[in-house]
Amino acid sequence: MSYVKGLRCRECSRHYPKEALFVCEYCFGPLEVGYNYDKIKEALTKDVIESRPKNLWRYRELLPIDGKPTDGLNSGFTPLVAAHNLAKALGVKELYIKDDSVSHPTLSFKDRVVAVALSKAKEFGFNVVACASTGNLANAVASQARAARLKSYIFIPSDLEMTKIVGTLIYGPTLVAVEGNYDEVNRLCSEIASKYKWAFVNINIRPYYAEGSKTFGYEIAEQLGWKAPRHIIAPCAGGSLITKIWKALKEFKEIGLLDGLNTKMYAAQAAGCSPIVNAVKENSDIIKPVRPKTIAKSLAIGNPADGYYAVNTVKESGGWAESVSDEEIVDAIKLLAETEGIFTETAGGVTLGATKKLIAQGRIPKDEVIVVSITGNGLKTQEAVIDKIGKPIKIKPSLESFEKLVNA
Amino acid sequence: MGIKVRIPTPLQKLTKDKEVVECEANDVKGLVEDLEKRYPGIKTRLCDDGGKLRKFINIYVNDEDIRFLKMDQTPLKDGDEVSIIPAIAGG
Repeated sequence: MSYVKGLRCRECSRHYPKEALFVCEYCFGPLEVGYNYDKIKEALTKDVIESRPKNLWRYRELLPIDGKPTDGLNSGFTPLVAAHNLAKALGVKELYIKDDSVSHPTLSFKDRVVAVALSKAKEFGFNVVACASTGNLANAVASQARAARLKSYIFIPSDLEMTKIVGTLIYGPTLVAVEGNYDEVNRLCSEIASKYKWAFVNINIRPYYAEGSKTFGYEIAEQLGWKAPRHIIAPCAGGSLITKIWKALKEFKEIGLLDGLNTKMYAAQAAGCSPIVNAVKENSDIIKPVRPKTIAKSLAIGNPADGYYAVNTVKESGGWAESVSDEEIVDAIKLLAETEGIFTETAGGVTLGATKKLIAQGRIPKDEVIVVSITGNGLKTQEAVIDKIGKPIKIKPSLESFEKLVNA
Repeated sequence: MGIKVRIPTPLQKLTKDKEVVECEANDVKGLVEDLEKRYPGIKTRLCDDGGKLRKFINIYVNDEDIRFLKMDQTPLKDGDEVSIIPAIAGG
């Protein structure tokens, strides 16, 4: 049974049927899925959730599909790592890493949104899926579309990391490298989406797709023993993830799975692409687009679609925002590897780097529960660190050669 | 030869299903007024009650976002191409 009431414009509240629509015909505001929370409250208890397999569909009543989930059946429920060494290094009492760097099957949180998007696209009867991507989404769509026997068209900026290109091509999609930055790719895709009847996961399927990010938030609360942490730091590109984590916690409270909610949400961006952080710091109602220049390519969106909502999330929750330089990103990637044995991509470096700064500034107190959102895997952005981690030491295949080395 | 304007799907009902229309204007603000004259009702869809362009609409002049130019004061001349595109996409 479905708990989805329909779509509703976030700006002017006009109602729309649950179809492949994403923008309000009247005011161009984004459409959002509306649920029947009273019914969900009856159906979705802690016991029900805990009895289900450990994947993102354990929260299926809060996800916008009508039938049975068909995709990403092994995605989600990634580890919440109690990061004792990292906590010590940062001088805080209790810190966790929500670790989507090991997400199945493509090692980033985008597996979540694509699981929902493809399940929904099939319900709508599409047989071609597409996306505009900074890399992680490309991997996730290519992989899950292949497994679902759907044709896929994937659009990326042409300067993407080689690993993200390889990690897309291996699944055999049509990969289109556009000469331009992500915002230009996105704009082109908006025009293509209005002409071709495809399921563009982050355009016409976007209201459904974006709901998948909520599972990142649900899992944090469940894994903390049905409690929300005091502080969550999340990376921002388009601004959707942070907005949806916040929505997830509010929904859990609404249906009685959380007793209270006093979580503060913090936005992290690279200094070379920080339109959301700038708007928070300047207390501005306008998101001024920027031309991205950062090694954190997965976050290089200068014109964030959900920028307003990301800023509102930060303000409403009482959090803050911080940006970090490329050097600070690399330092944070190394810090996470050296303390917790977790290799994250540049976006993770942004999130941890910002966390470090927020703690140092006293914005995040040292004695409260902190969760750092790690959304992608370091093996995908090796270019960022390859010259900063030393080199293997070459020796001859002899004991003498080795001992010369250890005694040097 | 006027200015070519690419109309987004939700507004094509107002332009009699035309994806591209021709206009004449000296800047983006004037373009909105000219569109309104040709296709009555389109202005309230593009602008809020205060007459400002709605925040979820992006306008491009010759492929450049007008927020990198002079916003609605961005000058236009014959032969220019303007695209009106919903902002909610991607990420």
